[in-house]
Amino acid sequence: MAADGDRKPAKKLNLKENYALLTRGLGWEPSYQKKEDIFRTVDFEGVKIHDWDKWEDPFRLTMDAYWKYQGEKERKLYAIIDAFQQNNGQFNVTDVRYVQALKVFLNGIVGLEYASHRGFNILGRELPGVGPRIAAQMQAIDELRHATTQIHAISHYNRYFEGMAEFPHQFDRVWYLSIPKSFFEDAVASGPFEFIVAISFAFEYVLTNLAFMPWMSGAAFNGDMSTVSFGFSAQSDEARHMTLGIEVIKFLLEQDPANVPLVQKWIDKWFWRGYRLLALLATMMDYMLPKRVMSWSEAWTIYYEENGGALFSDLARYGIKPPKYADVTVKEKHRVSHEMWSVFYTVRDALGFPIWLPSKEEMDWFSEKYPETFDRYYRPRFEYWRELEDKGTPFRSSTLPKLCQVCQWPCLYTEPDDASEFVHRQGEYQGEIFHFCSDGCSDIFHDEPEKYVHAWMPVHQIYQGNCFKEGVDPSAADFNPMAAALDYMGIKPGVDGGSMRDHVDAQRWESWTARPANMHEGAITDAVRKTT
Amino acid sequence: MSRSAQPVFIALQANNDTLAIIDAIHEDNPNAQVNEYPAMVKIDCPGRLVIRRESIEERMGRSFDLREMQINLISLAGEVDESEDEFILEWKTA
Ligand SMILES: [Fe+2]
Ligand SMILES: [Fe+2]
Ligand SMILES: [Zn+2]
Repeated sequence: MAADGDRKPAKKLNLKENYALLTRGLGWEPSYQKKEDIFRTVDFEGVKIHDWDKWEDPFRLTMDAYWKYQGEKERKLYAIIDAFQQNNGQFNVTDVRYVQALKVFLNGIVGLEYASHRGFNILGRELPGVGPRIAAQMQAIDELRHATTQIHAISHYNRYFEGMAEFPHQFDRVWYLSIPKSFFEDAVASGPFEFIVAISFAFEYVLTNLAFMPWMSGAAFNGDMSTVSFGFSAQSDEARHMTLGIEVIKFLLEQDPANVPLVQKWIDKWFWRGYRLLALLATMMDYMLPKRVMSWSEAWTIYYEENGGALFSDLARYGIKPPKYADVTVKEKHRVSHEMWSVFYTVRDALGFPIWLPSKEEMDWFSEKYPETFDRYYRPRFEYWRELEDKGTPFRSSTLPKLCQVCQWPCLYTEPDDASEFVHRQGEYQGEIFHFCSDGCSDIFHDEPEKYVHAWMPVHQIYQGNCFKEGVDPSAADFNPMAAALDYMGIKPGVDGGSMRDHVDAQRWESWTARPANMHEGAITDAVRKTT
Repeated sequence: MSRSAQPVFIALQANNDTLAIIDAIHEDNPNAQVNEYPAMVKIDCPGRLVIRRESIEERMGRSFDLREMQINLISLAGEVDESEDEFILEWKTA
């Protein structure tokens, strides 16, 4: 060291310099391959980028810091999951109805995390800018982490409750799970810029706060420290993803005015698709949390109208308008969870989780939270269904519902200005008729009919006989098409769906915890009656 | 560029680590409103919210890298600008 004795140590790099070296500094100009051969999908959407160096990442997170802080997040998360499991936390949640929401989460949402992981791997390969490429690579790893931590955390519940063991199988086959599945597949089947606007911006920035803030806070309120911990841990990565989404939007808008109408179209389209997907969450918030933190209507006001309003007023300077049909979402916030739960109730035999009618306490809460709609439209319906149940002739629907060609929900929504009238939109393409749940979905179809005529519509496929296991003989005398289709989906009648009162989860819950399966309605088995 | 009054927010896990951070944010941003929910604290502020490393260090009694916030962060809204000393959330136009 003597020779170097008076050399000054290099100045410590500041965060921005360090970040520049560990991102831009890792890129290179190709010499023996043409750029257009390396980045093959970057032009076909018509987006114009003049200077990738104008890209600025808002979080100065380099790979070294990324591993360090993600590692800490994981240790913290698994410490909580361990404690939860060692303490038999699954029996300390409010009641077994709460557990049903976890089935929706595992079967319907975890697959999206994995789909997102795949999508961002593609972007990490396809985007020519070094900054966004590295951000996409980190995000791909994050999304895989979300899928694995969610599976690990919920696997503990799977030891005790039905309906969770076949989640990848169900994600691919169950009729209503094609709603989340097709959302991501339609996004990843577009171009790289549309994908990132769809996922990072419309889905992650504008919408996912609803899932990971009020719903997860609700999970904590219902005693599930394990779920709230994976939820918050994932959402801390989402904060980075959302910021990437905003950065992409601003970058595209600043690069060329020709990008503005493209971005606006994608915002309109993916906001609507994402909003339709969130109807599932609206239902989980209002109906599946035995103890509630806030209603869907309140959450929509805070997280979309207020926070989304702030965002879109910021983007107005680029000529971007709030998403088309945002006004419809505000009208629907008074209705959507109730309409959804009603449909779930009527088709409960074809679901992967059991259904119940809201208790008296819950209906009173709804009356207070939904003063314009609940007593007028939904209370009489639920009371009538309760009466039929008490008479031993519960209402059920024996046919499968008509689906929207775009979002794949049953056409269960009502007219924006008339909650007593179902929306029915239809359109024609090449001599065939297609149905839609809304003007939003109808517009999306007519903008890209070639894409959506290919949609794999589960109900159509079931009726066409494409959803039976190999070796099933539809011409056999005792053939029951509905039972065969459920078998194909991995739904066991009497074990997965049906009515909560008769469900095996409810019976086991009472014998294991000596607490009622429904905290508002008293015990259904002697296991609790004897002790209370 | 004029300052917007539209709300930005940051949400942190409600735990021992974030007490000092929330306290620092509260003190440095007189317009910030601290909302407590089960397991979560959400801080809303019109237009702009600044999180200062020094204010956190004073309360924690140790040095603090602002990127450590990642560990207890839940979500945020607003455009982010991050340096060693400050983590800023803001909407730039009214
Ligand atoms: Fe994720
Ligand atoms: Fe994400
Ligand atoms: Zn639709």
